[in-house]
Amino acid sequence: MNLRGKAHKFGDDVNTDYIISGRYKFKTLDMKELAKHVMEDLDPEFYSKLNKGDFIVAGKNFGCGSSREQAPLAIIHADISAVIAKSFARIFYRNAINTGLPLLECDTDLINPGDELEVDLGKGIVRNLTQNTDIQVKPLPPFMLKILSDGGLVEHFKKHGTFNLE
Amino acid sequence: MGKTIAEKILSMKSGVDARANDIVIADLDFVMGQDGTSPLAIQAFIEMGGLRVFDPRRVAMVIDHSAPSPLEGVSALHKKMRDFADRYDVMLYDIGEGVCHQLVPEKGHVAPGTLVIGADSHTCTYGALNAFATGVGSTDLAAGMISGKLWFKVPETIKFVLHGELPPGVFSKDLILYLIGDVTADGATYMAAEYVGEAIKALSMEARFTISNMAIEMGAKVGLMEADEKTEAWVREHSSLPYKPVFADPDAVYAEVREYDVSKLEPQVAKPHTVDNVSPIGEVAGIEVQQCVIGTCTNGRLEDLRIAAKILEGKKIHPRTRLIVAPASRQVFLDAIREGIISTLVEAGAAIVTPGCGPCVGTHNGVPSDGENVIATSNRNFKGRMGNNKAFIYLGSPATVAASAIAGKISDPREYWR
Repeated sequence: MNLRGKAHKFGDDVNTDYIISGRYKFKTLDMKELAKHVMEDLDPEFYSKLNKGDFIVAGKNFGCGSSREQAPLAIIHADISAVIAKSFARIFYRNAINTGLPLLECDTDLINPGDELEVDLGKGIVRNLTQNTDIQVKPLPPFMLKILSDGGLVEHFKKHGTFNLE
Repeated sequence: MGKTIAEKILSMKSGVDARANDIVIADLDFVMGQDGTSPLAIQAFIEMGGLRVFDPRRVAMVIDHSAPSPLEGVSALHKKMRDFADRYDVMLYDIGEGVCHQLVPEKGHVAPGTLVIGADSHTCTYGALNAFATGVGSTDLAAGMISGKLWFKVPETIKFVLHGELPPGVFSKDLILYLIGDVTADGATYMAAEYVGEAIKALSMEARFTISNMAIEMGAKVGLMEADEKTEAWVREHSSLPYKPVFADPDAVYAEVREYDVSKLEPQVAKPHTVDNVSPIGEVAGIEVQQCVIGTCTNGRLEDLRIAAKILEGKKIHPRTRLIVAPASRQVFLDAIREGIISTLVEAGAAIVTPGCGPCVGTHNGVPSDGENVIATSNRNFKGRMGNNKAFIYLGSPATVAASAIAGKISDPREYWR
Protein backbone atom coordinates (compact mmCIF):
# COMPACT_ATOMS: atom_id res chain seq x y z
CA MET A 1 0.00 0.00 0.00
CA ASN A 2 1.33 3.39 -0.94
CA LEU A 3 0.61 6.50 1.10
CA ARG A 4 1.03 9.99 -0.24
CA GLY A 5 0.96 13.43 1.32
CA LYS A 6 2.84 16.42 2.58
CA ALA A 7 5.43 16.49 5.39
CA HIS A 8 4.64 18.48 8.56
CA LYS A 9 7.87 18.70 10.53
CA PHE A 10 8.44 18.67 14.30
CA GLY A 11 11.54 18.39 16.49
CA ASP A 12 12.86 15.82 18.97
CA ASP A 13 11.03 14.41 22.02
CA VAL A 14 7.47 15.18 20.92
CA ASN A 15 5.57 13.81 23.94
CA THR A 16 2.04 12.42 24.08
CA ASP A 17 0.85 15.49 26.03
CA TYR A 18 1.72 17.54 22.92
CA ILE A 19 0.08 15.03 20.59
CA ILE A 20 -3.15 15.21 22.60
CA SER A 21 -3.31 17.21 25.81
CA GLY A 22 -4.68 15.84 29.09
CA ARG A 23 -7.06 18.84 29.01
CA TYR A 24 -9.03 17.03 26.31
CA LYS A 25 -8.34 13.34 26.51
CA PHE A 26 -10.05 12.62 29.80
CA LYS A 27 -13.36 14.08 28.64
CA THR A 28 -14.42 11.95 25.74
CA LEU A 29 -13.94 8.86 23.62
CA ASP A 30 -14.95 10.84 20.52
CA MET A 31 -11.71 10.58 18.56
CA LYS A 32 -12.90 12.91 15.78
CA GLU A 33 -13.28 15.59 18.45
CA LEU A 34 -9.86 14.84 19.95
CA ALA A 35 -8.32 14.91 16.46
CA LYS A 36 -9.11 18.64 16.20
CA HIS A 37 -6.65 19.27 19.04
CA VAL A 38 -3.81 17.10 17.74
CA MET A 39 -0.37 18.77 18.25
CA GLU A 40 -2.17 21.91 19.45
CA ASP A 41 0.38 22.88 22.12
CA LEU A 42 3.18 22.84 19.53
CA ASP A 43 1.21 24.45 16.70
CA PRO A 44 -2.29 25.79 17.43
CA GLU A 45 -3.06 25.92 13.67
CA PHE A 46 -1.85 22.38 12.93
CA TYR A 47 -5.21 20.69 12.43
CA SER A 48 -6.44 23.38 10.05
CA LYS A 49 -3.31 23.00 7.87
CA LEU A 50 -3.78 19.26 7.33
CA ASN A 51 -4.84 17.58 4.13
CA LYS A 52 -5.98 13.96 4.11
CA GLY A 53 -3.01 11.61 3.92
CA ASP A 54 -0.36 14.05 5.18
CA PHE A 55 2.56 12.86 7.32
CA ILE A 56 3.93 13.91 10.68
CA VAL A 57 7.73 13.98 10.37
CA ALA A 58 9.79 14.31 13.54
CA GLY A 59 13.17 13.84 15.20
CA LYS A 60 14.10 11.33 17.85
CA ASN A 61 11.96 9.85 20.67
CA PHE A 62 8.56 10.67 19.13
CA GLY A 63 5.67 9.82 21.47
CA CYS A 64 7.56 9.88 24.76
CA GLY A 65 5.66 10.36 28.01
CA SER A 66 2.26 9.04 28.96
CA SER A 67 0.73 5.76 27.79
CA ARG A 68 -2.39 7.40 26.35
CA GLU A 69 -3.59 5.50 23.31
CA GLN A 70 -5.59 8.60 22.42
CA ALA A 71 -2.27 9.86 20.95
CA PRO A 72 -2.06 7.47 17.97
CA LEU A 73 -5.87 7.47 17.70
CA ALA A 74 -6.04 11.27 17.46
CA ILE A 75 -3.39 11.14 14.73
CA ILE A 76 -5.31 8.45 12.82
CA HIS A 77 -8.58 10.40 13.12
CA ALA A 78 -6.90 13.57 11.89
CA ASP A 79 -6.43 11.56 8.65
CA ILE A 80 -2.67 11.55 8.97
CA SER A 81 -1.45 8.47 7.13
CA ALA A 82 1.77 7.71 9.04
CA VAL A 83 4.38 9.13 11.39
CA ILE A 84 7.97 9.24 10.17
CA ALA A 85 10.65 9.84 12.83
CA LYS A 86 14.26 9.12 13.73
CA SER A 87 13.06 7.00 16.67
CA PHE A 88 9.94 6.31 18.72
CA ALA A 89 9.30 5.92 22.45
CA ARG A 90 8.26 2.37 23.26
CA ILE A 91 4.72 2.69 24.64
CA PHE A 92 3.70 4.93 21.75
CA TYR A 93 5.30 2.43 19.38
CA ARG A 94 3.24 -0.46 20.80
CA ASN A 95 0.07 1.64 20.84
CA ALA A 96 0.55 2.69 17.21
CA ILE A 97 0.97 -0.91 16.06
CA ASN A 98 -1.98 -2.02 18.17
CA THR A 99 -4.25 0.66 16.71
CA GLY A 100 -2.96 0.28 13.14
CA LEU A 101 -1.03 3.54 12.70
CA PRO A 102 2.04 2.95 10.47
CA LEU A 103 5.34 4.20 11.92
CA LEU A 104 8.49 4.61 9.86
CA GLU A 105 11.90 4.96 11.43
CA CYS A 106 14.47 6.68 9.22
CA ASP A 107 16.75 9.70 8.86
CA THR A 108 14.24 12.55 8.80
CA ASP A 109 16.94 15.19 8.26
CA LEU A 110 16.48 14.28 4.59
CA ILE A 111 12.94 15.71 4.66
CA ASN A 112 12.03 19.42 4.66
CA PRO A 113 8.73 20.92 5.83
CA GLY A 114 6.22 20.80 2.99
CA ASP A 115 8.04 18.11 0.98
CA GLU A 116 5.71 15.81 -0.94
CA LEU A 117 6.29 12.22 0.22
CA GLU A 118 5.22 8.80 -0.96
CA VAL A 119 5.58 5.87 1.42
CA ASP A 120 5.78 2.27 0.23
CA LEU A 121 4.98 0.29 3.39
CA GLY A 122 5.64 -3.08 1.75
CA LYS A 123 9.12 -2.17 0.54
CA GLY A 124 9.90 0.08 3.51
CA ILE A 125 10.83 3.13 1.47
CA VAL A 126 10.02 6.82 1.93
CA ARG A 127 10.20 8.57 -1.46
CA ASN A 128 10.79 12.28 -1.24
CA LEU A 129 9.06 13.44 -4.43
CA THR A 130 10.08 17.07 -3.91
CA GLN A 131 13.76 16.27 -3.61
CA ASN A 132 13.62 13.16 -5.79
CA THR A 133 15.35 10.92 -3.23
CA ASP A 134 14.58 7.54 -1.65
CA ILE A 135 15.05 7.06 2.12
CA GLN A 136 15.48 3.54 3.50
CA VAL A 137 13.32 2.65 6.51
CA LYS A 138 14.30 0.39 9.43
CA PRO A 139 12.12 -2.74 9.02
CA LEU A 140 9.56 -3.80 11.66
CA PRO A 141 10.01 -7.18 13.40
CA PRO A 142 7.77 -9.85 11.77
CA PHE A 143 5.45 -10.22 14.80
CA MET A 144 4.64 -6.51 14.83
CA LEU A 145 4.14 -6.51 11.06
CA LYS A 146 1.66 -9.32 11.56
CA ILE A 147 -0.41 -7.30 14.09
CA LEU A 148 -0.24 -4.24 11.82
CA SER A 149 -1.27 -6.25 8.76
CA ASP A 150 -4.20 -7.79 10.70
CA GLY A 151 -5.32 -4.16 11.17
CA GLY A 152 -4.22 -3.77 14.81
CA LEU A 153 -4.48 -5.85 17.97
CA VAL A 154 -8.30 -5.81 18.18
CA GLU A 155 -8.51 -7.40 14.73
CA HIS A 156 -5.66 -9.78 15.61
CA PHE A 157 -7.62 -10.98 18.65
CA LYS A 158 -10.85 -11.24 16.67
CA LYS A 159 -9.03 -13.43 14.16
CA HIS A 160 -6.97 -15.62 16.52
CA GLY A 161 -8.76 -15.29 19.89
CA THR A 162 -5.40 -14.61 21.56
CA PHE A 163 -1.80 -13.75 20.64
CA ASN A 164 -0.52 -15.69 17.68
CA LEU A 165 3.23 -15.59 17.16
CA GLU A 166 3.31 -18.21 14.38
CA MET B 1 25.98 -16.60 29.93
CA GLY B 2 24.17 -14.97 32.85
CA LYS B 3 20.93 -13.03 32.83
CA THR B 4 19.68 -9.66 33.99
CA ILE B 5 16.65 -9.32 36.29
CA ALA B 6 14.48 -8.46 33.26
CA GLU B 7 15.65 -11.54 31.32
CA LYS B 8 15.05 -13.80 34.33
CA ILE B 9 11.52 -12.60 35.09
CA LEU B 10 10.48 -12.74 31.42
CA SER B 11 12.02 -16.24 31.13
CA MET B 12 10.05 -17.45 34.16
CA LYS B 13 6.81 -15.94 32.94
CA SER B 14 7.10 -17.06 29.31
CA GLY B 15 8.58 -20.51 29.90
CA VAL B 16 11.33 -19.93 27.36
CA ASP B 17 14.98 -18.95 27.70
CA ALA B 18 14.39 -15.24 27.13
CA ARG B 19 17.34 -13.08 26.09
CA ALA B 20 17.56 -9.40 25.22
CA ASN B 21 15.77 -8.55 21.97
CA ASP B 22 13.74 -11.80 21.86
CA ILE B 23 9.98 -11.41 21.59
CA VAL B 24 8.07 -13.52 24.12
CA ILE B 25 4.47 -14.01 25.18
CA ALA B 26 4.38 -14.02 28.97
CA ASP B 27 1.83 -14.69 31.73
CA LEU B 28 0.71 -11.62 33.66
CA ASP B 29 0.40 -11.57 37.46
CA PHE B 30 -1.54 -8.31 37.64
CA VAL B 31 -3.24 -5.92 35.24
CA MET B 32 -4.27 -2.33 36.04
CA GLY B 33 -5.96 0.56 34.26
CA GLN B 34 -6.84 4.12 35.29
CA ASP B 35 -9.59 6.50 34.24
CA GLY B 36 -7.61 8.03 31.38
CA THR B 37 -6.97 4.65 29.77
CA SER B 38 -9.61 2.15 30.98
CA PRO B 39 -12.59 3.52 29.02
CA LEU B 40 -10.79 2.90 25.71
CA ALA B 41 -9.66 -0.51 27.00
CA ILE B 42 -13.28 -1.41 27.83
CA GLN B 43 -14.24 -0.44 24.29
CA ALA B 44 -11.40 -2.62 22.88
CA PHE B 45 -12.36 -5.49 25.26
CA ILE B 46 -15.88 -5.50 23.82
CA GLU B 47 -14.68 -5.17 20.21
CA MET B 48 -12.29 -8.09 20.74
CA GLY B 49 -15.23 -10.22 21.83
CA GLY B 50 -14.12 -10.41 25.48
CA LEU B 51 -16.60 -12.40 27.56
CA ARG B 52 -14.74 -12.47 30.86
CA VAL B 53 -11.46 -11.30 32.35
CA PHE B 54 -8.82 -13.99 32.81
CA ASP B 55 -8.90 -13.68 36.62
CA PRO B 56 -10.94 -10.97 38.38
CA ARG B 57 -8.58 -11.02 41.38
CA ARG B 58 -5.75 -9.95 39.10
CA VAL B 59 -7.47 -7.00 37.41
CA ALA B 60 -7.99 -3.57 38.94
CA MET B 61 -9.34 -0.28 37.69
CA VAL B 62 -8.50 2.94 39.48
CA ILE B 63 -10.36 6.26 39.22
CA ASP B 64 -7.59 8.71 40.05
CA HIS B 65 -6.77 10.99 37.12
CA SER B 66 -9.87 13.21 37.37
CA ALA B 67 -11.28 12.25 40.73
CA PRO B 68 -13.83 13.34 41.76
CA SER B 69 -15.14 14.12 38.30
CA PRO B 70 -14.97 17.81 37.37
CA LEU B 71 -17.09 17.44 34.22
CA GLU B 72 -20.06 15.61 32.77
CA GLY B 73 -17.97 13.92 30.05
CA VAL B 74 -15.58 12.56 32.66
CA SER B 75 -18.50 11.35 34.79
CA ALA B 76 -19.78 9.29 31.86
CA LEU B 77 -16.37 7.63 31.48
CA HIS B 78 -16.18 6.92 35.21
CA LYS B 79 -19.63 5.34 35.03
CA LYS B 80 -18.44 3.13 32.19
CA MET B 81 -15.63 1.87 34.45
CA ARG B 82 -17.93 1.27 37.41
CA ASP B 83 -20.39 -0.65 35.21
CA PHE B 84 -17.56 -2.75 33.77
CA ALA B 85 -16.18 -3.51 37.22
CA ASP B 86 -19.64 -4.60 38.39
CA ARG B 87 -20.32 -6.75 35.38
CA TYR B 88 -16.93 -8.50 35.19
CA ASP B 89 -16.32 -8.51 38.93
CA VAL B 90 -12.91 -6.79 38.70
CA MET B 91 -11.56 -4.65 41.53
CA LEU B 92 -12.44 -0.98 41.40
CA TYR B 93 -10.69 1.69 43.42
CA ASP B 94 -13.02 4.66 43.25
CA ILE B 95 -12.44 8.37 43.90
CA GLY B 96 -10.46 9.22 47.01
CA GLU B 97 -8.74 5.83 47.27
CA GLY B 98 -5.64 7.30 45.74
CA VAL B 99 -3.17 7.21 42.87
CA CYS B 100 -2.96 3.85 41.09
CA HIS B 101 0.81 3.53 41.59
CA GLN B 102 0.46 3.96 45.32
CA LEU B 103 -2.55 1.62 45.52
CA VAL B 104 -1.22 -1.35 43.55
CA PRO B 105 1.75 -1.89 45.90
CA GLU B 106 -0.05 -0.66 49.04
CA LYS B 107 -2.96 -3.08 48.51
CA GLY B 108 -0.52 -5.93 48.07
CA HIS B 109 -1.05 -6.71 44.37
CA VAL B 110 2.63 -6.79 43.50
CA ALA B 111 5.60 -8.67 44.92
CA PRO B 112 9.19 -9.51 43.92
CA GLY B 113 9.48 -11.52 40.72
CA THR B 114 5.95 -10.73 39.47
CA LEU B 115 5.03 -9.45 36.02
CA VAL B 116 2.63 -6.50 36.01
CA ILE B 117 1.22 -4.29 33.27
CA GLY B 118 -0.62 -1.05 33.82
CA ALA B 119 -2.23 1.22 31.30
CA ASP B 120 -0.25 4.14 32.67
CA SER B 121 3.31 4.97 31.81
CA HIS B 122 4.44 5.22 35.45
CA THR B 123 3.64 1.56 36.13
CA CYS B 124 7.43 1.14 36.19
CA THR B 125 7.15 2.36 39.82
CA TYR B 126 6.82 -1.24 41.10
CA GLY B 127 10.27 -2.11 39.78
CA ALA B 128 11.40 -0.87 43.19
CA LEU B 129 9.74 -4.03 44.55
CA ASN B 130 11.77 -6.21 42.16
CA ALA B 131 8.75 -6.68 39.86
CA PHE B 132 8.87 -6.42 36.08
CA ALA B 133 6.21 -3.73 35.80
CA THR B 134 5.66 -1.68 32.69
CA GLY B 135 3.25 0.77 31.13
CA VAL B 136 1.12 -0.13 28.13
CA GLY B 137 -1.78 1.39 26.22
CA SER B 138 -5.48 0.62 26.32
CA THR B 139 -5.58 -2.08 23.64
CA ASP B 140 -2.73 -3.96 25.34
CA LEU B 141 -4.68 -3.65 28.59
CA ALA B 142 -7.76 -5.16 26.90
CA ALA B 143 -5.71 -8.04 25.47
CA GLY B 144 -4.16 -8.59 28.91
CA MET B 145 -7.55 -8.57 30.66
CA ILE B 146 -8.90 -11.19 28.25
CA SER B 147 -5.92 -13.51 27.90
CA GLY B 148 -3.79 -12.90 31.00
CA LYS B 149 -0.89 -12.62 28.61
CA LEU B 150 1.01 -10.00 26.65
CA TRP B 151 3.87 -9.90 24.19
CA PHE B 152 7.12 -8.32 25.29
CA LYS B 153 10.32 -7.48 23.56
CA VAL B 154 12.92 -8.57 26.11
CA PRO B 155 14.84 -5.40 26.91
CA GLU B 156 18.55 -4.90 27.14
CA THR B 157 19.56 -3.43 30.51
CA ILE B 158 21.49 -0.36 31.62
CA LYS B 159 22.89 -0.84 35.11
CA PHE B 160 23.22 2.22 37.36
CA VAL B 161 25.65 1.62 40.19
CA LEU B 162 25.16 4.29 42.85
CA HIS B 163 27.94 4.67 45.39
CA GLY B 164 28.10 6.79 48.52
CA GLU B 165 25.48 8.36 50.75
CA LEU B 166 23.13 11.21 49.87
CA PRO B 167 23.98 14.40 51.84
CA PRO B 168 21.41 15.93 54.25
CA GLY B 169 18.60 17.76 52.43
CA VAL B 170 19.21 15.75 49.25
CA PHE B 171 16.73 13.00 48.41
CA SER B 172 15.99 10.18 46.00
CA LYS B 173 14.10 12.65 43.78
CA ASP B 174 17.26 14.69 43.35
CA LEU B 175 19.16 11.53 42.47
CA ILE B 176 16.73 10.37 39.78
CA LEU B 177 16.47 13.90 38.31
CA TYR B 178 20.26 13.98 38.11
CA LEU B 179 20.38 10.58 36.37
CA ILE B 180 17.70 11.62 33.85
CA GLY B 181 19.58 14.83 33.11
CA ASP B 182 22.70 12.76 32.54
CA VAL B 183 21.29 10.03 30.28
CA THR B 184 18.58 12.28 28.70
CA ALA B 185 14.92 11.65 27.90
CA ASP B 186 15.62 8.85 25.44
CA GLY B 187 18.88 7.54 26.91
CA ALA B 188 17.28 4.25 27.96
CA THR B 189 14.52 3.86 25.33
CA TYR B 190 13.33 0.23 24.99
CA MET B 191 15.71 -0.75 27.82
CA ALA B 192 15.41 -1.90 31.40
CA ALA B 193 17.19 0.12 34.08
CA GLU B 194 18.66 -1.70 37.09
CA TYR B 195 19.51 0.54 40.05
CA VAL B 196 21.99 -0.96 42.50
CA GLY B 197 24.60 0.09 45.05
CA GLU B 198 24.86 1.30 48.60
CA ALA B 199 23.05 4.57 47.86
CA ILE B 200 19.96 2.55 46.87
CA LYS B 201 20.24 0.14 49.81
CA ALA B 202 20.28 3.10 52.20
CA LEU B 203 16.92 4.39 50.91
CA SER B 204 13.52 3.51 52.39
CA MET B 205 11.06 1.65 50.14
CA GLU B 206 9.12 4.90 49.72
CA ALA B 207 12.19 6.73 48.48
CA ARG B 208 13.01 3.86 46.14
CA PHE B 209 9.57 4.05 44.50
CA THR B 210 10.41 7.64 43.47
CA ILE B 211 13.42 6.41 41.50
CA SER B 212 11.68 3.52 39.74
CA ASN B 213 8.67 5.77 39.04
CA MET B 214 10.77 8.06 36.85
CA ALA B 215 12.54 5.34 34.82
CA ILE B 216 10.10 6.10 31.99
CA GLU B 217 11.40 9.69 31.90
CA MET B 218 14.67 8.30 30.51
CA GLY B 219 12.65 6.14 28.09
CA ALA B 220 13.07 2.91 30.08
CA LYS B 221 10.56 0.09 30.04
CA VAL B 222 11.15 -0.86 33.69
CA GLY B 223 13.19 0.53 36.60
CA LEU B 224 14.28 -2.55 38.51
CA MET B 225 15.88 -2.96 41.92
CA GLU B 226 17.02 -6.05 43.75
CA ALA B 227 14.98 -7.16 46.77
CA ASP B 228 16.66 -6.80 50.16
CA GLU B 229 15.45 -6.98 53.77
CA LYS B 230 13.63 -3.63 53.41
CA THR B 231 11.78 -4.87 50.32
CA GLU B 232 10.77 -8.08 52.03
CA ALA B 233 9.61 -6.29 55.18
CA TRP B 234 7.51 -3.93 53.05
CA VAL B 235 5.98 -6.77 51.03
CA ARG B 236 5.18 -8.81 54.14
CA GLU B 237 3.45 -5.80 55.66
CA HIS B 238 1.29 -5.12 52.60
CA SER B 239 0.81 -8.37 50.71
CA SER B 240 0.00 -12.02 51.18
CA LEU B 241 1.30 -13.02 47.74
CA PRO B 242 3.95 -15.73 47.55
CA TYR B 243 7.10 -14.26 46.06
CA LYS B 244 10.61 -15.06 44.98
CA PRO B 245 13.21 -12.30 44.77
CA VAL B 246 15.07 -12.27 41.47
CA PHE B 247 18.73 -11.30 41.31
CA ALA B 248 20.84 -10.56 38.27
CA ASP B 249 23.57 -13.11 37.61
CA PRO B 250 27.12 -11.89 38.27
CA ASP B 251 27.95 -12.55 34.61
CA ALA B 252 24.76 -10.94 33.23
CA VAL B 253 25.31 -8.98 30.04
CA TYR B 254 24.50 -5.25 30.19
CA ALA B 255 24.14 -2.76 27.35
CA GLU B 256 25.98 -0.33 29.62
CA VAL B 257 27.10 0.04 33.22
CA ARG B 258 27.16 3.60 34.61
CA GLU B 259 28.73 4.37 37.98
CA TYR B 260 28.02 7.44 40.11
CA ASP B 261 29.14 8.76 43.46
CA VAL B 262 26.14 10.48 45.08
CA SER B 263 27.91 11.84 48.14
CA LYS B 264 28.36 15.35 46.70
CA LEU B 265 24.99 15.56 44.98
CA GLU B 266 23.07 18.83 45.42
CA PRO B 267 19.30 19.32 45.20
CA GLN B 268 18.29 19.14 41.53
CA VAL B 269 15.52 20.87 39.59
CA ALA B 270 14.13 20.02 36.13
CA LYS B 271 13.34 23.19 34.20
CA PRO B 272 10.59 23.76 31.61
CA HIS B 273 9.67 22.03 29.33
CA THR B 274 11.52 18.69 29.50
CA VAL B 275 12.36 16.40 32.40
CA ASP B 276 15.98 16.01 31.27
CA ASN B 277 16.56 19.79 31.41
CA VAL B 278 18.09 19.46 34.89
CA SER B 279 20.15 21.96 36.92
CA PRO B 280 21.58 21.99 40.42
CA ILE B 281 19.48 24.19 42.72
CA GLY B 282 21.97 27.07 42.64
CA GLU B 283 21.26 27.78 38.97
CA VAL B 284 17.51 28.20 39.46
CA ALA B 285 17.22 29.53 43.02
CA GLY B 286 15.40 32.86 43.12
CA ILE B 287 12.93 32.20 40.30
CA GLU B 288 9.52 33.28 41.60
CA VAL B 289 6.83 30.61 41.81
CA GLN B 290 3.10 31.26 42.00
CA GLN B 291 2.10 27.64 42.67
CA CYS B 292 3.74 24.75 44.51
CA VAL B 293 2.46 21.16 44.34
CA ILE B 294 3.33 18.28 46.66
CA GLY B 295 1.93 14.86 45.83
CA THR B 296 1.58 12.47 42.83
CA CYS B 297 2.80 8.94 42.21
CA THR B 298 6.36 10.24 42.39
CA ASN B 299 6.32 12.00 45.76
CA GLY B 300 2.98 11.86 47.54
CA ARG B 301 3.86 9.20 50.11
CA LEU B 302 3.94 9.56 53.88
CA GLU B 303 7.70 10.10 53.99
CA ASP B 304 7.35 12.89 51.39
CA LEU B 305 4.62 14.65 53.37
CA ARG B 306 6.67 14.23 56.53
CA ILE B 307 9.66 15.92 54.88
CA ALA B 308 7.47 18.79 53.66
CA ALA B 309 5.91 19.20 57.13
CA LYS B 310 9.32 19.26 58.77
CA ILE B 311 10.27 22.23 56.61
CA LEU B 312 6.92 24.01 56.85
CA GLU B 313 6.37 23.51 60.58
CA GLY B 314 5.64 26.82 62.31
CA LYS B 315 6.04 28.74 59.04
CA LYS B 316 3.68 30.29 56.52
CA ILE B 317 3.84 29.98 52.79
CA HIS B 318 4.66 33.18 50.91
CA PRO B 319 1.55 35.37 50.35
CA ARG B 320 2.17 35.47 46.58
CA THR B 321 2.23 31.71 46.17
CA ARG B 322 -0.16 28.78 46.59
CA LEU B 323 0.59 25.33 47.97
CA ILE B 324 -1.48 22.33 46.87
CA VAL B 325 -0.99 18.98 48.60
CA ALA B 326 -2.45 15.72 47.25
CA PRO B 327 -1.67 12.70 49.44
CA ALA B 328 -0.95 9.61 47.29
CA SER B 329 -3.69 7.50 48.87
CA ARG B 330 -6.41 7.45 51.48
CA GLN B 331 -4.10 5.43 53.72
CA VAL B 332 -1.33 8.01 53.33
CA PHE B 333 -3.88 10.75 54.05
CA LEU B 334 -5.09 8.99 57.22
CA ASP B 335 -1.55 8.30 58.43
CA ALA B 336 -0.63 11.93 57.78
CA ILE B 337 -3.67 13.11 59.75
CA ARG B 338 -2.77 10.85 62.68
CA GLU B 339 0.81 12.07 62.69
CA GLY B 340 -0.28 15.71 62.70
CA ILE B 341 1.35 16.30 59.31
CA ILE B 342 -1.86 17.54 57.73
CA SER B 343 -2.42 20.12 60.50
CA THR B 344 1.13 21.38 60.05
CA LEU B 345 0.67 21.72 56.29
CA VAL B 346 -2.76 23.36 56.55
CA GLU B 347 -1.55 25.78 59.25
CA ALA B 348 1.28 26.74 56.93
CA GLY B 349 -1.28 27.60 54.26
CA ALA B 350 -1.57 24.44 52.16
CA ALA B 351 -4.75 23.49 50.30
CA ILE B 352 -5.28 19.74 50.61
CA VAL B 353 -7.02 18.04 47.68
CA THR B 354 -8.42 14.52 47.19
CA PRO B 355 -5.79 11.80 46.87
CA GLY B 356 -5.31 11.49 43.10
CA CYS B 357 -3.47 12.77 40.03
CA GLY B 358 -5.38 15.99 39.21
CA PRO B 359 -2.83 18.75 39.73
CA CYS B 360 -0.06 16.87 37.89
CA VAL B 361 -1.99 15.91 34.81
CA GLY B 362 -3.93 19.10 34.15
CA THR B 363 -7.44 17.73 34.62
CA HIS B 364 -8.41 19.89 37.62
CA ASN B 365 -7.30 20.78 41.16
CA GLY B 366 -4.87 23.57 40.30
CA VAL B 367 -4.52 24.62 36.69
CA PRO B 368 -1.98 27.49 36.58
CA SER B 369 -2.57 30.77 34.73
CA ASP B 370 -0.71 32.20 31.72
CA GLY B 371 2.90 33.02 32.46
CA GLU B 372 2.86 31.48 35.94
CA ASN B 373 5.67 29.36 37.32
CA VAL B 374 4.92 26.16 39.19
CA ILE B 375 7.27 23.95 41.15
CA ALA B 376 5.99 20.42 41.74
CA THR B 377 7.11 17.08 43.11
CA SER B 378 5.60 15.36 40.06
CA ASN B 379 7.42 13.63 37.23
CA ARG B 380 6.60 15.66 34.12
CA ASN B 381 7.01 19.30 33.20
CA PHE B 382 5.91 19.20 29.57
CA LYS B 383 4.36 22.35 28.17
CA GLY B 384 0.64 22.22 28.94
CA ARG B 385 1.03 19.29 31.32
CA MET B 386 -0.81 21.02 34.15
CA GLY B 387 -3.56 22.21 31.85
CA ASN B 388 -2.11 25.49 30.54
CA ASN B 389 0.49 25.61 27.78
CA LYS B 390 1.49 29.13 28.78
CA ALA B 391 2.64 28.08 32.26
CA PHE B 392 6.15 26.95 33.25
CA ILE B 393 6.70 23.84 35.36
CA TYR B 394 9.76 23.05 37.47
CA LEU B 395 10.27 19.69 39.20
CA GLY B 396 11.99 19.08 42.53
CA SER B 397 11.92 17.07 45.74
CA PRO B 398 9.23 17.60 48.41
CA ALA B 399 11.86 19.47 50.45
CA THR B 400 12.68 21.80 47.56
CA VAL B 401 8.99 22.46 46.88
CA ALA B 402 8.24 23.12 50.57
CA ALA B 403 11.20 25.52 50.87
CA SER B 404 10.10 27.27 47.67
CA ALA B 405 6.56 27.69 49.03
CA ILE B 406 7.91 29.53 52.08
CA ALA B 407 10.12 31.86 50.07
CA GLY B 408 7.77 32.30 47.09
CA LYS B 409 10.71 31.49 44.86
CA ILE B 410 12.74 28.40 44.07
CA SER B 411 14.86 27.80 47.13
CA ASP B 412 17.57 25.49 48.41
CA PRO B 413 15.93 23.21 51.01
CA ARG B 414 19.25 22.75 52.81
CA GLU B 415 18.75 26.23 54.26
CA TYR B 416 15.67 24.88 56.07
CA TRP B 417 16.79 21.29 56.70
CA ARG B 418 17.99 20.89 60.28
